[in-house]
Parts: sequence; structure tokens; C-alpha cells
Amino acid sequence: MQTVKMVVTGPFNSGKTAFIQSVSEIDVVSTERKISTEAERIKETTTVAMDFGRITVDDDLVLYLFGTPGQKRFDFMWEILAEGMLGFVVMVDSARPETFREARGILQTFRAYAPTPYVVAANKQDLDDAWEVEDLRIALGLDSKIKMLPCVANDRDQVKSVLLELLFSILEESKE
Amino acid sequence: MALKGNLRDFNVTQLLNLINIAQKTGTLTVEGPDAISWVSFRAGKLIYAQMGNEDGSLTGILTRAGKITSKQADVIKKNATEKSDQGLGLLLINAGYLSQQVILDSIQQYVLDIVYQLFTWIDGLFRFDNGVLPPSDAITVRMDLENIIMEGSRQTQEWELLKDEIPSLDMALTFVDRPGADIRDVQLTVEEWKVVSYINPKNTLKQIGKTNRMNDLEIRRIVYGLVQAGLVEIIRPEGMPLPPKAKKLPPVDKKEQASLVNKLIHRIRSL
Repeated sequence: MQTVKMVVTGPFNSGKTAFIQSVSEIDVVSTERKISTEAERIKETTTVAMDFGRITVDDDLVLYLFGTPGQKRFDFMWEILAEGMLGFVVMVDSARPETFREARGILQTFRAYAPTPYVVAANKQDLDDAWEVEDLRIALGLDSKIKMLPCVANDRDQVKSVLLELLFSILEESKE
Repeated sequence: MALKGNLRDFNVTQLLNLINIAQKTGTLTVEGPDAISWVSFRAGKLIYAQMGNEDGSLTGILTRAGKITSKQADVIKKNATEKSDQGLGLLLINAGYLSQQVILDSIQQYVLDIVYQLFTWIDGLFRFDNGVLPPSDAITVRMDLENIIMEGSRQTQEWELLKDEIPSLDMALTFVDRPGADIRDVQLTVEEWKVVSYINPKNTLKQIGKTNRMNDLEIRRIVYGLVQAGLVEIIRPEGMPLPPKAKKLPPVDKKEQASLVNKLIHRIRSL
């Protein structure tokens, strides 16, 4: 049995867990805990170690999706999760500009861990306050060559599109 | 779709950079500590600005610029109550009181003063409304944002912001290849020219700073301005070793990997 993994990363509350839940064939193995810090109490729980989803391809191949913890104090997990990944998705909450700088920092950190292909998912595009994808691209300082995709993490079709774009990038790279 | 937030998270320099690069048309509303300001743009050019607590009418602007006295302003206001700013401007030009150039220069300076004031606001809600423009009878100007961004960046003293934006001085600079982004059109200070003259993929920011006897804050501030004005971009310097690659899971064989990825694509499509 061969296993491959892709990592879903991004700031706190950017939608990583929902993204994995949308396509995983198993209930996501989550390490969520109640949030203790008042400042981060945007939601009730957060991922502290990793989220873990699975997509079985055939009898010999399984894809694992790992979601990283979003809070900075758990970033020691990132490098462990990044090791051996096929590629990664950076989730950005399009409606929270206060997280854009952090998202850029996370992206750079992951690129340093492994220069594997990646895509950026502009999540929560269904919210009224969401920034347009191209505005987000400029705000994050991303080159036009980098794939930046609109996304709503609990919409399975949109999550599939993001994953497919990442796979196309990986395929392209394997042809080079 | 909105473009809104707080200046704490996305400052005026970054907003102008976005408007410039995306060539946006619309009006930016900023609610500052004591006032509200409206700044309008057409295709990424600054055209108009108003500050809520100021008289932004043409008579107000001309009085402020010392082109007419308060007494003259009162007379104009009494006699030309029905006139728009454009109508009033024409009246003043045709009557030979002021030239068109003087009127436009005064408005341009007024608009610039408002935008420079915005650079000092570090907290406040902002919102950009696409397509919203000043009233059609208002007098607008047309100014490139690059110079304004550079001027605003010169005032940036926030070390933390600069460190976040330019975390490493081991990087190099290159000129951007973007239509309209010509560094020769921008008014640079001597210090900025010193940095620009050393832009080369082989020179790190550290080396440029050292050669020009600039400290880390100075070099970062100048580079931040050039980057935000969309004139240069930060790149990995030539010859810099790449970070060590993380271990890849097998297969590493390209053909095998392509076959594996194709299987994954097929499976995800079928979900």
C-alpha cells in the first residue's frame, strides 16, 4: 500500500478543517480543543496538532490530507507535517485582512520546508466582506503565475477544484 | 465583493499599492480618528479627495491655498450659489481672476495634502467602493500613485511593519516588468537613487545598505517604498543556495510520479 500526503495550511480560522472534511471519506480525525485565549475566541474549538482526512484511490494507493494547526504556538508541528508532502494548499480567509500578513508568512515558511507545488485558496468567498481573488493576490504579494483559487471550504465541488489544480501543478512539475 | 478592513492590518501605503497595481476605479472611504475622508481614483490614478471636516469646495480650496481672500470667497459664495465647482472655475478663469493652471495646482495640492494626512493614520476602518466616482460637476485631477506611495513610505517609521514586509536583508532587488512602472518617472531622493543605482540580482540588500552606509531601518524603509510603489520586487540573489529540500516520499521516478498523480486526479474528479 502506497500513501501520499498533501498538506492544508493557513492562519487560525481560515477553514482548513472544513476543507478536509468536505472531501474526506472518513470522519476527519481531528485534534480540536476548546479555545482558551479570549483573543482567539472567534470559534469554539481549534486544531492543536493536526487534522487528518483520507481519500482511497485504489487498493494500492491512499491520499492523506493533513491540516496544520493554525495558531502560531503550535507551529512546531508544521515542519513535521510538511515532510514528504506532494504539495500544499494555503487557505486564506478572504474576509479577514488582519490574517493576510500571517498567511504570507506561513506560505513562505512552507516553501522553505519543501519547494513543492502549492496553490492558494481564497476561502469564504461566499461572505459579503470577502476580498476579490485578484485583490487578495496583490495584498499577499503573490506572483501572477501562482494559482490563486476562489473557494468555499464546505462546498465539496470547490474543494475538489482546488485539489485538482494542485494536482495539475504537481503533474506539470513532474513533466519538467 | 468588498475591499474593506482596518488600517491596522492593511495600511494606506498597501491600499494605494493595490489600487495602483489593480488600476482600480472607485472611491476609498477611510474613517480616521477624528474625521472621515474620501479619496477617488480612475484606472489607478488619484483624481479627487475630500476630508469630512474641511471645506472642500473650490472656494474653500482656493482660500486655503491663498489664491483668494476669505472676503472674496464670501462674495463668490453669495453671488454664485447655483454654480458647481466646474462652473465657478470657468467663471473665475473667464473673468481673468485666476488661470486654469492655478486652479488645478491648488486642487492638486489639496488632494495631496489629504492623502499625505492619511499616511499618518494607523488605525481606522476603510472601504473601497468600485465604480463610485465624485459628482460629475466636481473638478478632478489625475496623479500617478507611485510618487505618492514613495512619499508616504518615507514617513514610515514602524520597524515591526518593515521587518514583517522585508524579513531578510539577504535578498536582492530587480526592476518590475509592468507597463507604466518606470522608475525614471518617479521623483526619488538622493538616498533612494543610491539604492536604485545598486539594484542588481547579485547585490543583496545588506550589501547595498553597507555600501551606502545605511542602517537596517533606512535600507528597509527605502526598499519598502520602492516595492509598494510597484517599481521593484524582491528576489533571491543569484548564487544563493536553495534551502535544503525535504525528503520526498517514493516514487521519485518522474514517470511513476506522473502516473500516481493521474490516478489521484481521476479519483478526486470522481468524488
